[in-house]
This record gives sequence, structure tokens and C-alpha cells, in this order.
Amino acid sequence: MSNARDQVQRLLALVPYLRENDGARVDDVAAEFGVRPRQIIADLKVLWFCGLPGAQMGDLIEIDIDAAEGEGVIHLNNADYLARPLRLAADEALALLTALRTLREVTAGQDRDAVDRAITKLETAAGEAAAAGEGAAAHVHVEPAAPEIAETVNRALAGQRRLHLTYDVPSRDETTERDVDPMRLVVSEGRTYLEAWCRLAEDVRLFRLDRIAAVKLLDLPSEPPPEATPRDLSNGMFQPSEHDLLATIRLAPPARWVAEYYPTESVKEAAGNSLIIKLRVADTAWLQRLVLRLGGAATVLEPADLGDQIATTAREALTAYDDQL
Amino acid sequence: MSARKSERLLNLVICLLVARTYVTKERIREVVEGYAGQTDDAFEKMFERDKDELRDLGIPIEMGTIDKFFSDEVGYRIRRDVFELPEVHLEPDEAAVLGVAARVWQHASLAEATTSAVLKLKAAGIQTDQSALSAIEPHVGASEPAFDPLWSAVVSRTVVRFEHRRSGAAESTMRTLEPWGIVSWHGRWYVVGRDRDRQATRMFRLSRIGGNVKTVGRAGAFTVPEGTDIRSLVSELAPPRPTSEAKVRARAGCCVSLRRRANAIEPYEDGWDLLHVPYADSEVLAEEIASCGPDAVVEGPGDVLDGVLRRLRSVAGVPG
Repeated sequence: MSNARDQVQRLLALVPYLRENDGARVDDVAAEFGVRPRQIIADLKVLWFCGLPGAQMGDLIEIDIDAAEGEGVIHLNNADYLARPLRLAADEALALLTALRTLREVTAGQDRDAVDRAITKLETAAGEAAAAGEGAAAHVHVEPAAPEIAETVNRALAGQRRLHLTYDVPSRDETTERDVDPMRLVVSEGRTYLEAWCRLAEDVRLFRLDRIAAVKLLDLPSEPPPEATPRDLSNGMFQPSEHDLLATIRLAPPARWVAEYYPTESVKEAAGNSLIIKLRVADTAWLQRLVLRLGGAATVLEPADLGDQIATTAREALTAYDDQL
Repeated sequence: MSARKSERLLNLVICLLVARTYVTKERIREVVEGYAGQTDDAFEKMFERDKDELRDLGIPIEMGTIDKFFSDEVGYRIRRDVFELPEVHLEPDEAAVLGVAARVWQHASLAEATTSAVLKLKAAGIQTDQSALSAIEPHVGASEPAFDPLWSAVVSRTVVRFEHRRSGAAESTMRTLEPWGIVSWHGRWYVVGRDRDRQATRMFRLSRIGGNVKTVGRAGAFTVPEGTDIRSLVSELAPPRPTSEAKVRARAGCCVSLRRRANAIEPYEDGWDLLHVPYADSEVLAEEIASCGPDAVVEGPGDVLDGVLRRLRSVAGVPG
């Protein structure tokens, strides 16, 4: 149930909205305002008792309640003094403009131009409310992709065309070549990803734009199969699977950041200000690279043979320096 | 009950909005439905609370003297030019992007604020288009407990006090900050502002701030120094520009990211290339080279070589 504050906020937008859209349907208005139809009816009944001060019958806002309840159609009159909505509040202006500036970072060409023009006009309309955002009081950094890559990917999405990608996979240290059918562009955790049906993997894959080394627009339509459904990213980009290997790792103080950076199954404080974490590992090559990078600050406790294998790899790497030592 | 209150609040708005001059409290009590039956005391409380709630919604209720000859007689009004959203004309392609903007925030209160802003624009006759740019989904979340209080503090320019724990440190310290802005970098939020105790510009990661953020004093207590651009302050989070170059042998088909940013790649002996890799911090580069294991061999400079050897020996369990 809405409280009076929320209701008044809605009514101040609802009145000008209904003046702009005479004969609007209750259901449509409810969807637009994100409430249930019966809430809109309740709102109309409140408006019915509102009007000019010292209200006599003729001074009240006129609403055809029968039409609203019966045919589901709204007619509102006699509310000229509420012809325009309330100005944007500071938090609304900042949230909207920050969202638009973030959107700007992932659009290209004419779309980006439209976003830029919208931002300029809304900054003016927001006036003082946006002044709090002078120099951007909120900012979402989106890692820029090479302009020609962003442009081609945007064109493929708009024109529903297939793409050929030269794509780096750092976790396996390889560069791959593949054809993909673009589905959407996603920004998550400050990076832009192309979600596409990968014809090599025959599955939905996310490709980080800054890891696309080259891209070619193919003269073929994008045809993701019916089973290609967008992934639910509400829990973040990295979604460990239960089938992945469960590794136990000791992190000395210089490696404690790992526990914050990657999704873990458990984190335990241990002696010497170190941590013992369990995490799911989809690819042991990734874990090996991480352990080598951390240079002894991380130790794989389980599986033990994986720890041994990484130590062997490090010894092998050292042999290249034998002649220098 | 809540419907009656909504009626009273809206009637109060209309009363103050249509008035040509300031309206006295007595007059308001007379003409706004819902105040009349109250005792003096109850009316005073009710009226004060109503004004606060309306101001909370961003409605500018002004107070002033009604008659210059009787300066003790005060009243209230809402100036239409301050109350109303100014005229804004958007071209169809400009209006269309608003629909996408409304889907950006994956955080309840910000999604609500954006939706509410878009609704006001729609109420002003702007037609958005849900299907525009439908293949673009920029998502911005905020799961840190400190986000909500800090966002509000930035918007209202209120000083905050919080406990902050430095990376790797067990103890936290109390900080008092004038929060100028809030920034997301690779999915992590930071607050930037003037640290009152240290008298300097500071940036704090929200995940290192407890959820217990307290406001200090009133809203609007500080001004952000002119020319401040938090976007440029954030660039401190980006890796510094390379100043040196290392020579690294790389096995063919390996060391993808080193190759990608190499200044030059020369063929070396069988199955190997020699990369000229720019870098700013020898330790950071050493980490990356070590992560390649036997597929990368650094030739120099010496500090990068030392960093790589130290790491590999430590993982191999070989004494240095």
C-alpha cells in the first residue's frame, strides 16, 4: 500500500500526464506508473477531492469516475493549475543523467549523438538540480573499446548481421577466431561485453569488447537459434558452476585482495594475517596463472596435485634462466 | 486515512501554487480541507510535518512577509517558475534513449529515482520508446551497504563520518569527509571528497567502509571547489602511463596480452618472438610475465628480471 508521500509524488505527475493523454486507459497508465490499476483508481478518487482553495463544487478537479471504473478510460478536467509536472529533484536529475552518461559510453554514431543531445537538454531542464552534478557528482567509468570495434559491433546489432571475431582469451592465453551472431551489448562492472551466439562453441558467450583484437562485419544475417537465451547477469559476470573444481587456497597478506576480487565459496582468517579461501575454478590454467602471478603469496592446498603441478611449471620456467645465473 | 492525508497535501500544494502572494497560516487552516477540525496544537504539528514532507519531494515552499507595513505577518507560497519542470523539447531520437536510461540502474533507490524522473518527462508530453536501442543494456549496480547513505550525502552535500579499513589493515580508522562525488570503477564504488581531518582530497573504496555512515550537521554544508572534476580524480585509479620498455621472449601463439600492447615484435629463434613491452611499474610487469610461466622469458631490464625470478622461485619452492 502506498503512503501519502508516494501518492502525492505520483499525483503531481499523474495530473499533467492525464491532461496530455485524454482518454488514456487505466491499465496503460498503471503500467506506465508502475502500480496496479486499482491504485490508479484510488489515486483518481483522491484527485476528486482536490481543487482550488475553499473548494466549492465547481472548483474541484473533474474526473469521470464511472468511465474509469466502468470502461477503464480516464477523462480529467479543470486542473489547469497543474499543467506541468514538478521539476526534477536533485537525486532524480543525478540518477537520470548518470544513467544517460553511462549509456553514452556504449553507443556509437548517431545513437551517441542522440544521447549527447538529450543530456545537454536535460541538464538545462534540470537547472539547479543538475548543478549538484557540475563536474559529475556521480560517474560510472566504462572502459573504452577501440572506436572502430565499438562502431562495427553496434552496426552488426542494429542491422542484425553476423560478425567474425579475433578474440583474446587471457585466462587460457590464446587468441581465437570465430563467427558469432550478436544478441545484445551489456555493460557490467564497468566493462562492455557483446553477448552472442558463438558458432564455434555452439553456445551463448560474452565477449569483452576490449579483448576483441579484430572484428569483421559479415554479409550474413545474425541468426541465433531459439535456444540462445540471454544470460541472467543479475548476480554478476562470473557465475561459478557447481561442476567446477573446488580449490582451497591460502592467501598471505599481499594476496588477500583475491578474496574480495573473485567470488568465493568461503573465506576464513588464518595464522599470520592470511586467509584460507575456497573458490570454484572453471579452468585450472586460469588458477595456475593467478598463482604464478602472486609469486608465492598464494598456495594451493587442495587439490594437492594441482599445487605440485604449478610448482613444477615454475621450475620449468626457471630453467630458461639457468645460463644467466 | 492515507487517502485523506494525500488530499490534504495536494490541496495545500494547489493553494500555495495558485496564490498571488504569501498565504497566512490562518488562511491555510481555513481553506485547506483537513486542517479545519484540528485543535491549535494538532494543526501546528500537522502543518509543520506536511511542509517537511512536501519539501522532501522537492516542492519549494517559501516563507515571506505578506505586507511590507506589517512585517510580523508571515505566510507561505510556492513559486510556479521554481515548482514546474521547465519547457523541454526532445527530438524523437533524443526521447527514445530515455527508455534505455530507465533500465540502467540495478539498484532499487536509483532505479526508482530514474523512473520517477522519466515519468515527469512523460507527464510533460515527451514520448519515450521502449524498443529503441533494445540490444543495449548498460547495467550499473551497487551492492555496498555504504552506497545509499553516501549517495544521499553527495546529493544533499552533507558531511559524513564513517569507519574506513585500509587494504590489508586489520584496524579501521574514523574519517570525516565532505563527499564531492561518487564513482564506479570496474564495478567498485569509490567516494571522493575533502577529508576534514587530513585537510586533503581523498578517495575511499565503499567496500572498505562499514555500512554505518553517519551524517554530520546539515545539508548544503559545503561547496565543491570550483573546477573539480571527479572524473579526472578517478583517473588516479587507472594504471600509470608506461615510461620504460622491457624485452621479453614469447613462445609463438602465447602471451596474448603482452603481444597485444607490445611496441614491436621481432622474430626470434625457432618458435619464439622477441617483444618490446612498454611498462610503468616493473613489479606489475613482472607479475604478468611470471603468470605466463615457461611461455615467457624476460631479458631485461634487471629490475623486471629480478621480479620475475623472485616470483617463480617462490612458487617453485627454490631458495633465491
